[in-house]
Amino acid sequence: MTDITAGTSEPVLATGTSGRAQKRARPPRKPRRPLRPRTLFAAVAAYLVAIIFIVPYLDMFVTAMRPINELQQPNILPHHWTWSNFSTIWSTGFGASFRVSLEVAAGSTVLVLLVALPAAYYTARKQFRGRSVFLLLVLVTQMFQPPAMLVGIYKEFLSFNLLNTVFSLILVNAGFNLAFAVWILNAYFSSIPVELEDAAMVDGTSRLGALVRITLPLALPGVVTALIFSFIAAWNEFIVALTLNTTPNTQPLTVNINGYIGQYQIDWGHLFAGSVIATVPVIILFAIIEGKVVSGLTAGSVK
Amino acid sequence: MTRLARALGPVPWLLPAVALIGLVVLWPVVVLFKTSFQNISPDGFVNGWAGLGNFRALFAEPALLSVVLRTVVWVVVVVAITMVLGLMLAQLFNVEFPGRKAARWALIAPWAASVMMTSLIFRWALDYTSGPINILLKDLGIVHSLGTNQTDWLGRPVAAFIWMMGVAVLVSLPFTIYALLAGLQTIPADLYEAARVDGADSWRMYRSITLPLLRPAFTVALLINVINIFNSFPIIWEMTRGQPGSSTSTTTTFMFQLKQAFIGESASMSVLNFAMVIVIVLVFLKVTRWKEQVN
Repeated sequence: MTDITAGTSEPVLATGTSGRAQKRARPPRKPRRPLRPRTLFAAVAAYLVAIIFIVPYLDMFVTAMRPINELQQPNILPHHWTWSNFSTIWSTGFGASFRVSLEVAAGSTVLVLLVALPAAYYTARKQFRGRSVFLLLVLVTQMFQPPAMLVGIYKEFLSFNLLNTVFSLILVNAGFNLAFAVWILNAYFSSIPVELEDAAMVDGTSRLGALVRITLPLALPGVVTALIFSFIAAWNEFIVALTLNTTPNTQPLTVNINGYIGQYQIDWGHLFAGSVIATVPVIILFAIIEGKVVSGLTAGSVK
Repeated sequence: MTRLARALGPVPWLLPAVALIGLVVLWPVVVLFKTSFQNISPDGFVNGWAGLGNFRALFAEPALLSVVLRTVVWVVVVVAITMVLGLMLAQLFNVEFPGRKAARWALIAPWAASVMMTSLIFRWALDYTSGPINILLKDLGIVHSLGTNQTDWLGRPVAAFIWMMGVAVLVSLPFTIYALLAGLQTIPADLYEAARVDGADSWRMYRSITLPLLRPAFTVALLINVINIFNSFPIIWEMTRGQPGSSTSTTTTFMFQLKQAFIGESASMSVLNFAMVIVIVLVFLKVTRWKEQVN
């Protein structure tokens, strides 16, 4: 199979789709030519598509800025704009959920890195019995998702007496985000020549010292990608939190926001104010790792 | 002793990962299978074994057949549309035009945002009195007036399901486009050069060069999409809760509906879901020939 992402073999050089590879291959910048009609057409079409992808999230913002008495009015933009949903939402228990989300996302990310770093490093550096079994295990768990085994997760944490805790969500999120981190870190470690470590060790550094001082800094883009990805995945997780945590002060934002959906009425203003606060930072974070995520998601399956 | 030491060498490095996977991913599977054979009261107490009782109750559900068929439609239609649109859009965003980087960034919004929130945006946008989509449709003359049955898309099962499939396509497209773009960039430019010299037109080049060489990327994106769409819970849950009845449910949301009252039966639904995931994973491993790659 050919290399689709180039991510597994040399991710440091070919980080996905950012176009860096093309730039490298291209000779020094050509003088700017007038746009050909074909390019112009493509540009216009692409901008239109981009707008379609963005508009729902703009509407989320617009609705969050809409005064309550305009919610039933048939106009897309409100007559008056107000920040009040953003300021009053903190008195509805939103703050507590914001904290839970932060704790779950940060806690599970730290756990993922602690667990994935040694495993990814070892499998990248050593051939040993059981290596392919381990990598198969990781690949298979990447395909498993909580919805298909929800009842099992629920019963397990019920028997541990860990329902309605932040800790259980940290564990579950870490478990399901581990595979991505192992793959992407494995790819980065594999791309760093072992000779660099050996050289450092000749100079009297221990293996651990070489790992920490030489390899880890070189693999930093991979670490950052794994970090941001698991943070976002845990931040956005919904169904496990909905099932395990039923007390409001242990519910993360995704579940909290559903609290604005009542039996007969939906508090759209607060719902979307909360969604904006929860979504915007994540989209910006995601933009940082944009191109690299693909190689982590498809690594191990295509090389 | 040295052999033992060598055999134990990987343990400290891999044990934490294996333990975490075992605890969070594998153990629930065991519990799930066990639960599917247990007799459980709605408040969670185990009253002995049920044998195949849960499965019998599940297969006796009048809604089950339509839920399963709907799940098949859901996966096939959403994934098919996603892949076709993905191919077209990847081609489009592979063209070099000014502002391409910004345009590509715009694509990631539905990928980065929680699917749950995207679904709620569309639930609002389809609100039958003041949802922006309905207002737009009225301005375009497609619907006659607001606040009527005609604008209550989510109240009608078929219409609701079609809108939800649209949302599923939207949230699946960014990953698909990015995966295919990554595939496109591995195709050497001189292949096109050579084909052009031989007088091939662009459609011919697309068919004979792009599509065959894109196949690995396409296959992986396809299978990952199948898994994601099959497991997708928030879209249906947030937009219709699978209602009315279970007329907009897939097996995943149906399992959740059952969980509220019949935990054992819900577990047997999960076991079926899980079996389907296993089949998809096996296909995945076979098609991608993973073993040749990790070695």
